[in-house]
This record gives sequence, C-alpha cells and structure tokens, in this order.
Amino acid sequence: MRLIFSAAVLAWLLAGCASGVKLNDVPVEDKVASALNAQGTGLGAKSGAASSAVAPVAALGSESSAAAIAQGKLVYFDYDSFSIKPEFQALIESNARFLLADRQRRLLIEGHTDERGGREYNLALGQKRAQAVLQALSLLGVHETQLEAVSFGKEKPAASGSDEAAMAKNRRAELRIR
Amino acid sequence: MGFTAQLCRRAALSVLALASVGAFAQFRVEVSGVGLTQLPIAVAAFRGDDQAPQKMGGIVQSDLQRSGQFRLVDASALAYDESTRPDVALWRQKGADSLVTGSIARLADGRFDVRFRLWDVVRGQDVGGQSYVIPQADLRLVAHRVADFVYERLTGDKGIFSTRIAYVTKAAQHYNLWVADADGENAQSALTSPEPIISPAWSPNGAQLAYVSFESRKPVVYVHEVATGKRRLVANFKGSNSAPAWAPDGRSLAVTLSRDGSSQLYALDANGGEARRLTQSGSIDTEPAYSPDGRYIYFVSDRGGAPQIYRMAPSGAAVERVTFSGNYNISPALSPDGRWLAYISRVGGAFKLHLMELSSGAVTALTDSTADESPSFAPNSRLLVFATHQQGKEALMTTTLDGKIKAKLAGQGGDIREPDWGPFQKQ
Repeated sequence: MRLIFSAAVLAWLLAGCASGVKLNDVPVEDKVASALNAQGTGLGAKSGAASSAVAPVAALGSESSAAAIAQGKLVYFDYDSFSIKPEFQALIESNARFLLADRQRRLLIEGHTDERGGREYNLALGQKRAQAVLQALSLLGVHETQLEAVSFGKEKPAASGSDEAAMAKNRRAELRIR
Repeated sequence: MGFTAQLCRRAALSVLALASVGAFAQFRVEVSGVGLTQLPIAVAAFRGDDQAPQKMGGIVQSDLQRSGQFRLVDASALAYDESTRPDVALWRQKGADSLVTGSIARLADGRFDVRFRLWDVVRGQDVGGQSYVIPQADLRLVAHRVADFVYERLTGDKGIFSTRIAYVTKAAQHYNLWVADADGENAQSALTSPEPIISPAWSPNGAQLAYVSFESRKPVVYVHEVATGKRRLVANFKGSNSAPAWAPDGRSLAVTLSRDGSSQLYALDANGGEARRLTQSGSIDTEPAYSPDGRYIYFVSDRGGAPQIYRMAPSGAAVERVTFSGNYNISPALSPDGRWLAYISRVGGAFKLHLMELSSGAVTALTDSTADESPSFAPNSRLLVFATHQQGKEALMTTTLDGKIKAKLAGQGGDIREPDWGPFQKQ
C-alpha cells in the first residue's frame, strides 16, 4: 500500500478537471435514476487526473559538529543567560590572538540552547549567545569581517536527555575556525 | 463497472460491519466534553469498500468526527449505497439527522468509480451527491472531498478535509519535510536533509513552501515549489536567517535576520533581493505572522524583558503589545477569518496552546499538555493543528477552538513536528 502511494506522486487537484456534467442530464446508471425519482438531485459527475504533485528533493549536508567539540572550543552558558563566564575568558583570548595574527582566518560561532520552548525563539536565544562571543572577540580587536555568529537554537543538542546535566551541555556556543 | 451488482452486494453484506469498526479504531480521536451543537450523522461503509484500496466510508467518518461538528451514529451492518432510499423511521429511531451512503467500484481500465449521496433522514430528502471517476492515487482525496461536501452542506462552512498540511519529521538524524493530507495520511516527501528543517510556511496560493534549512551549516530561508521541487534561496545573509512569513498577497515575506547584530524583522521580495528592516529594537524580534487582512504583522519580542506577542503595521510603525498575562508568550498564528490569535504560553514550566479572541482579548488554554509548539489554523478557522509531546515522542494534534475535540494526526515514524496548514485548494 505504502509503495503504491509513494509511487503515485500525483493526487491533488483532480477536481480541477471537473467536467461539470450533471448525471441527471446524462444518466450513466439506470438504478440511480429510478431510485431517486423527481425529488433526487443528480450526482454531479467529476473526473480527471491529478494536476498537482510533490517532487522530492534531497539536500546535501556539510561537515559534522564533532570537530569543534574535539577541539574543546566550547563556551557554556547558564540558563536564560548570555554572559560569558570568567572561566571561558582564556578561550576567547586565545581565539582572538589567533585571529589577530592572521587576518585571513575566519571564525564561525554557533549558538545553541536547551530544549525548552519554541524552535524559532530558541534560534533567537542561541543567536544572542553567539553574538555575545562575537562581541567579546570584537572588544579584543578582532575585525567583524573575520567573524560570523549564527544559531542552531535547540536543533542540534550536544547531549540528549531532559535532565539539567544534559541541558547544561546544550546551552553553548561552538567556535569553528575556517 | 468491474463488478456485477449482485457480487458487490454479497461482498458488501459480509464485511460491512468489520470495515466500519476498523475505521473507528484506525483514528485516535479524543473527545472531551460533548458540544450541544454537534450534528448527529451516520456514515455507512461504501458498497465495495471491503475490496477497495481505501475505505471511503471510514475516511469520511473520521474526517467528520475530527471536525468536532458531528456526532457519529453507528451505521455498521448496513448494506446501503448511493441508490438506496433510506428507511426514515429507522434513522429517526437511531437518532441520526443525516446519512451518507456511497459506493466504490474498480473500472475495467483500472480507475475507480466513486459515488455518494447525502440524505436528510429527518425529512427523508436527498440533499445531493457526486460521482467521480479517478485513478487509485486520488481515492483518499476524493474521500476527503466527500467529507468536505457533507460538511459544507450541513454546517454552511467550507470543509478543510481536502487541504494539505506540511510538517517535518526527524528520524535517526535525518530530516524530512512532508506534504500530507489534512489527516496526516498520504504524506509525500518534499525535501530530505541530514540537517534540521524548521518553520515551513505555505504560500497563500498553496503552491510553495518557505522554510528554514540548516543544510549549509547555518539557518537560511528557501522558497520551494512543491510540484516541481524547484527551490531558491531567498535569505542567506550573514548570521542567521529564519522565521519566514508570507504577506497575504504572496509577493513578499517577513523574515528574522541577525545580519545587523540582534535578531530583527525584515521584509523581502519573494524572489529574493534586498532586505528592508522593519524593527529597530536591539532586542529579539522574531516569529512574524501577517494578519489575513494585511493590516498587521504580529511578532514575538523580548523588548519588555520577556518574550511577549506584539503587533505593528507592515511598515514597522505603530508597535503595540498584544499579550499581557504570563512571561513567555510565543509563536503567534492568526485565524484566516481574523477573529483569533493562537499562541504558546508558558504556564508553570509547561508550554501550552492558548487562544485569544482578538475583539475581546479573552484568553483560553486549549490543552493540558506540557510541550506544545507551532500552532497553525485550518483555512476555515475551525480547527488548529499543533505539535506536542505524547508518550515521549513528538506528535501532531488537531483541536477544535473550544479545545473539546482533539485528534492525533497519523504520520511517518519518528518525531513529527512543525506543522503548517495549507490554504484551500482550487477546485
């Protein structure tokens, strides 16, 4: 059954091709006409093929997120917070030095949130975290042209589970040199 | 006809009861509280349903039940078709006001002949019917059109059963954007990706979906023509690009961009091009949603310290706050008739679907769940679809606007999320 339906990617606006022919003008079946006498309205006849389909598309991905975690380039945040805690200042400074030494290098900062709340609002919250890291680097003299802050919201958790330990691991910014 | 009438009758008699019971069991419709205004209706299994690839009577039944407007009267063990004149006394005794009868038969060329008739069994009158000759792939669509016909004749409102819903599934790190029937069945894949897909939004003409894809390792906005698979990147600015919302004329989109620092709202031509900034808050401004008359853009902002729903003119002028209770109100959705605002509100740590009547500002909570997301109205403004969690899995539900009739939508395996209800289809 599944196969039949996936194969038949047609299916939608069949009535777009409605003929509009009334069965009481063109009776196609005697027993209908006889059973329904004068009181009955005819069956409106509709026929035709589907005129709308869904064409499947496959998107290609890009590199996985394992690289940043392996390099330890992670800044963790408290719940509902966007401020960079002191223990991550050294990481920010080492990245700043690296970028100041080579103006051709670029850094992508990805903000992430825990699973609570809406997807789009979390995307904006993750953006605020990425932006906080970007601003910290800017204050140390890194050109904004070398930096891009983006967000994955709650879409790419680092740890699964709904306990506080897992959620703390997910409230993070990942720093990736490109 | 592929069958003789005699053969049909014999087959129908032997399995009608089974088909009818099966149809009820197949769909999980949860009814909490009974509306006094529900119309009692009986839907007989269509003659030939037992041998057909789709049980037409069962699909019509569950459509009508999910709408919340009908109370189903048992019609199992009946051997009726569209040509049968019903026994009025019997149906009065059973408490039905209306009866749907029909038949389905395979034609010699492989297509199907589907017929139905709607009866007013109180007056003993034929209210109308249709016949269709269609390929097998269209059987579900025709069953939904039958339900639409019945719904419109009996309630005066247009039915939404033959419309489409887009949603996203996630299974083993694979994401799939689906286009399905309004009951969640008959899903066809529009996009597969190893990276997340969120926020699908139907264009007003129902031909295109705008959505956010992370396939390039950052959120960007595509507009995708579902019939051809042709898609174009409409927002790929520095930073994050998200939350596409169509203007009612379908020519432009409102989106959230972070290219100037914080997440702010911008307007874009639907073909791409330069973005025009609409908000200047420096706070989070996101999740734009146009009112159907185009007078307002509703959106979410934390400019007051916590996320609340605001609205403004499409130019960005005259911002006013809309939600006042609670400290976390997100994901605004406007009903197509302009009367209702659905949104998600955090109440004691749980995220619940709420509904505001815009004229009075009166708010009701529609669910008892804990992780509701992404409400979207049916095009007739009578039902909402939303994402929620059930038994530890993400699922889609529909609810009537009084919260009394809820149904879990069928769908693919894995987590199912991000529903968006499409517009009426051209008939």
